[in-house]
Amino acid sequence: MDKVMSNKKVIALYVLPSLILLAGLVYIPIILTGYYGLMDWNGIGAMTFIGLDNYIELLSDDTFWYSARNSFFLAFFSTAALIIYLAVSLVLSAKIKGRETLRKIYLIPMLLSSVAIAQLWIKIYDPNNGMLNSLLTTLGVDSPPAWLAQRETVLIAIFIAIVWQYAGFYIIIYSAALKGIPASLIEAAEIDGATPLQIAYKIKVPLISGVIKTTIVLAIVGSLKYFDLIYVMTGGGPNGASEVIASYMYKQAFGINNFGYGSAIGFALLVLALLTTFIIQKLTASKNDNIQY
Amino acid sequence: MADTKKSPSRKLGMGLLYIVLGIIAVFQIYPLVWLFFFSLKGNSEIFGRSPFALPEDWLFENYVRVWVDGNISQYFFNSVFITATSVILTVILASFVTFAITRMKWKLSGPVLLLFMVGYMIPIHSTLVPLFQFYRELNLIDNPLSIILAYTAYNMPLTIMILMGFYRTLPREIEEAAVMDGCSIHRMFFQIILPMTKPIMSTTIIINMIYNWNEFVFVNTFISSDKYKTLTVGIQNFIGQYLTDWGAIGATLMISIIPILLAFFFLSNRIVEGIAAGSVKG
Repeated sequence: MDKVMSNKKVIALYVLPSLILLAGLVYIPIILTGYYGLMDWNGIGAMTFIGLDNYIELLSDDTFWYSARNSFFLAFFSTAALIIYLAVSLVLSAKIKGRETLRKIYLIPMLLSSVAIAQLWIKIYDPNNGMLNSLLTTLGVDSPPAWLAQRETVLIAIFIAIVWQYAGFYIIIYSAALKGIPASLIEAAEIDGATPLQIAYKIKVPLISGVIKTTIVLAIVGSLKYFDLIYVMTGGGPNGASEVIASYMYKQAFGINNFGYGSAIGFALLVLALLTTFIIQKLTASKNDNIQY
Repeated sequence: MADTKKSPSRKLGMGLLYIVLGIIAVFQIYPLVWLFFFSLKGNSEIFGRSPFALPEDWLFENYVRVWVDGNISQYFFNSVFITATSVILTVILASFVTFAITRMKWKLSGPVLLLFMVGYMIPIHSTLVPLFQFYRELNLIDNPLSIILAYTAYNMPLTIMILMGFYRTLPREIEEAAVMDGCSIHRMFFQIILPMTKPIMSTTIIINMIYNWNEFVFVNTFISSDKYKTLTVGIQNFIGQYLTDWGAIGATLMISIIPILLAFFFLSNRIVEGIAAGSVKG
């Protein structure tokens, strides 16, 4: 038995093709990004080694820091929105009629492409014929903003579309975790006279804290990587007001053929994503985590 | 227990909760209903009447128009081809890997699994320039193979993650019995194990389908000819040309999301299961 199940040739045959594919398309490129970041390179001609110049330029590049600021703005509010998703999931974990159907309805936007979502929300935000401003005008708002065309409103407008897209995703994750809580625990608390609010806050939330941690990482790292929706909705505009790290990277590399600098931004994005993940893991590390080991 | 003593205030509270849950449902669904309605309207109706009005005469010709004249049929079939090929490749390769890691005995299985999972954390924008350069050297730019390989590589970690939970629950006795009967390991995998994983395979298939169908950046970067573009990039170009034709835009968007909505209608349980498995266990 053991002999058959530890046949090295078979293991290599099953694992190596995938491993080679990932090495070629994921691992090696990720290392090369940092390396290309050391080059002056327009994507077509030869590369010139310029040391850390791109990275030094990045540190004093206002557009980069502004797009990083926007990325962290989205990350912060996406994380804050988790509280709402968690609250909804907790409500849905009670004996609510039609809760399965509700969860599925909430999920639908998440299944659509960011391009379709962006195009749809462009129409919703259309200043003259859009759904939102028509509604606001009917409600008596005099001159509602041109959401995507104004610096002050563009990020909020994008954020609302993001909430629309991802709410169901997080509700499904929380609900799956909440389903894993043994019913006997909840029943015991009910017999002891705990109110639904106490049960939610004192029993359910602490029991799924591991999953909550995962979603915080997902929300922050996901926000740092945000691209499709913004690229299609505003292209980073108006006048750079909604530029994020990924869209800035894309513009530098594939927009103006600044491949060396674009690679440096891509590498910075990787470092930020990994660093943030690491910091969150540290910040949210609790005694419970250590007991498991 | 608590349900037996329902006070009026409790009932009121429940009523309010239902209203809130209902409002969220409307917020999630209504934009799509609105999209469906304006996809059936002509410009005079869109610019002349309330956005909330039902379409006056349902212009299904908007759909015909973009399908035939707007190149949308081409994009649609490109999406079908690229999605189907990548999904098959991803699920087969991931099944091989998951089987070797969870069922076979070798020293490096732990580190190799970790290596695969690292792929899950990589932001694609950090690999885009080297990937572009790599494909250019291989002459794969503007070739659907570049997209299929990228989808396979980047969806592999998630697919393995979803498959793994199921593979770990399979009883060892199955393999023991197969080995006793003198069954080769390849036959064991293809004829015994793989058929047993059908339920979880269908979960990974639907999740991969959705991700590939919706992907934008790779196609936008590696594909330049219309004849290879998929729907996401195609509709983006199309809309750029028909900026003010709301009916055509609406119809295009509807065509791009109908397959997903159909999949959702029939397979929502699998989708929910896949999303939960992919992130909770990660």
